[in-house]
Amino acid sequence: MDFSLSEEQQLLKDSVQRFVREEYPLEARRKLVATDLGYSDDNWAKMAALGWLALPLPEEYGGIGGGPVETMVLMEEFGRGLVVEPYMSSIIIGGGFLMAGGSTKHKSELLPKLGAGELKLAFGYAERQSRFDLNDVECKAEKSGDGYALNGHKGVVFHAATADKIIVSARTSGGSRDADGITLFLVDNNCSGLSRRDYPTVDGLRASELELNGVMVGADAVLGKVGGGAALMEEVVGQAIAAICAEAVGCMDVLQETTNEYLKTRVQFGVPLSKFQVLQHRMVDMFMECEQARSMCYMVNLKIGDEDPVEREKSVSAAKVQIGNSGRYVGQQSVQLHGGMGMTDELHVGHYFKRLTMIDTMFGNKDHHLKRYADL
Amino acid sequence: MDMQFHEEDLAFQADVRRFIQTNLPGDLADKVRRGLHLEKEDFIFWQRKLNDQDWFAPHWPVELGGVAWTATQHYLFQNEQAEGNCPPVIPFGVRMVAPVIFTYGNDEQKQRFLPDILDSTAWWCQGYSEPGAGSDLASLQTRAVREGDYYIVDGAKTWTTLAQFADWIFCLVRTSNEGKPQEGISFLLIDMKSPGIEVTPIITIDGSHEVNSVFFTDVRVPVENLIGQENAGWTYAKFLLLFERSNSLTGGLKQQLRRLRGIAEQERVGGEPLCADPAFAARLAEYEVQLRSYEFLERRTLGTSSPGAEASYLKIIGTDLQQLASELTLQAVAYYGNPYIRDALVHGYNAASVGPDYAAPAAPQYFNYRKTAIYAGSNEIQRNILSKAVLGM
Repeated sequence: MDFSLSEEQQLLKDSVQRFVREEYPLEARRKLVATDLGYSDDNWAKMAALGWLALPLPEEYGGIGGGPVETMVLMEEFGRGLVVEPYMSSIIIGGGFLMAGGSTKHKSELLPKLGAGELKLAFGYAERQSRFDLNDVECKAEKSGDGYALNGHKGVVFHAATADKIIVSARTSGGSRDADGITLFLVDNNCSGLSRRDYPTVDGLRASELELNGVMVGADAVLGKVGGGAALMEEVVGQAIAAICAEAVGCMDVLQETTNEYLKTRVQFGVPLSKFQVLQHRMVDMFMECEQARSMCYMVNLKIGDEDPVEREKSVSAAKVQIGNSGRYVGQQSVQLHGGMGMTDELHVGHYFKRLTMIDTMFGNKDHHLKRYADL
Repeated sequence: MDMQFHEEDLAFQADVRRFIQTNLPGDLADKVRRGLHLEKEDFIFWQRKLNDQDWFAPHWPVELGGVAWTATQHYLFQNEQAEGNCPPVIPFGVRMVAPVIFTYGNDEQKQRFLPDILDSTAWWCQGYSEPGAGSDLASLQTRAVREGDYYIVDGAKTWTTLAQFADWIFCLVRTSNEGKPQEGISFLLIDMKSPGIEVTPIITIDGSHEVNSVFFTDVRVPVENLIGQENAGWTYAKFLLLFERSNSLTGGLKQQLRRLRGIAEQERVGGEPLCADPAFAARLAEYEVQLRSYEFLERRTLGTSSPGAEASYLKIIGTDLQQLASELTLQAVAYYGNPYIRDALVHGYNAASVGPDYAAPAAPQYFNYRKTAIYAGSNEIQRNILSKAVLGM
């Protein structure tokens, strides 16, 4: 057993750390978030040049062929920087679907562009009634000529506005919550029948509501098997959860370290706050939450390739529950221990707290994953 | 032992309810119910309505405009206000500085300041916290130096709630460095239009502008604006803090619960309402049980003559519940906690909402409510007070 990073992984970590240090001071991020785009094309080009966009993609399609641990290393540092570029939507989820379900043609045409930063993807799955159930799909895909006509709604689709293609889950057969009968389609963002309402999110990202009114796609737009989208989504969303756990660990570590530092320097009643036992214990609890979160993050990233689907999916849900609990505690306590300063937009604390809060909801909150764990 | 309200209390409650139904416009109640942004005019409108009925300053002495209500009547009144979705009374004038003025001020000060507070002509804010003096309030450094008939004030106050609307600020200032820090503090009333005062907004993590920094540079304050004795301000400040902490929260908590329950009835999980989901139903039930416990804890304190230790534990438990309700509300709206459209929090937003219309305030309110465990003496400080004052540790 060995939980240390390889030399290559350490180099990757150093390189992402350098990027975050140079490009992601809080003020720079604040400016990015306020732009129309919501992130930086230059940063995206840099990520492509550094090989990060190609990191998890297979070598035969121009990728680096990295595994979950490489993604974890990168995402943890992205978490430390609160990076807003659409890496999760485009590379981890979009790339994940192409690799797991794309035809040879999809892969050879799209993966090299994806890794080169010439193509961006997004994933629309949630609907108003679906909550966190990936299989609660009412959006319909009906046979039309050689292809399909898509009708329905997709909510809170992250980074849809800047994606070239959006992967949409739609029902080709079955009842509205059946696992069977869901199909995934690659839909061009500017195609007729697709309308978008774009908006910022509370944690500084971008998302959209999608309306599909008779969106026509060809048979070659199908990812994976017709009707077999559920298993594909489970696989890719599992990978996304493993990656977002790493992002959360990065966020938590920053809060834990900087809150500790603050308590040592903020003087009240003639002594640093760190001299008060109640705050020492609170800080220790935050530290322990970070350690538990990191352990579960390692666990899920080492198990995400497990051949036993039950063991794999239990790992996914277990990690998500831990990350939710730890992120909530560390986020809330960081604000509390910073007092009024923790409430200000000016300080970094609130921005990390907000991101951790939204990560708790992403791909299902604690209640959802506890139930899923119990049912597996 | 008897936990029933007396008949005359219930009659009083019915009177208050009738008054609210008659006088509170529907769109204003709707704003409050939905948790939307309130304008200065909204607060003042309702405060004047209450004052027309002589109910704006019920805790004041009768001869100054108060009503001789029992503690139970005060309690019922506050709860009916929340129950009826009334805009909250801004406490800084009527509930905070006014009791200091009528208890420690001279006759001239009473005549000068109290009428404007009563008819909401003057908006007050509170100058207590400083960048270097938070929990350790007594370490404050804003100086007031006597020069003839004036104090010259220099320094900075922070977290000053709604100072952007304020006509006056009541300040704790340092007039002496002798003895213990508490012994050199004075209580000064300062006109916000005085030259040398600068107010700058502090934007909080929910994106709102509630609090401010207030900077004082050579601000000349007439000595007649000093309350009581020079260097005795700490006594008045402590007296005021008791009022700051003695608001009933039960009504507001029930209002949060109603909103949460309404959301949980409309949200769906697996085709069923969220409130029927076993995990969420259990959370909702636990919250209700805690709220019921809090309600009776509050009622038990109604008989006590002056708010003391009770105010500290009610603040801790009450703010915990405020935070918990906001957390459950955010959980309830799931993915629709994400969209952030600032204008959607303002009444009269014409565009269709993103997702259900009840979702927009959920995340901002959750973020904003983190303040409740920090302000008015952080919950850590309240625990210190309890361990010393009640447990004798």
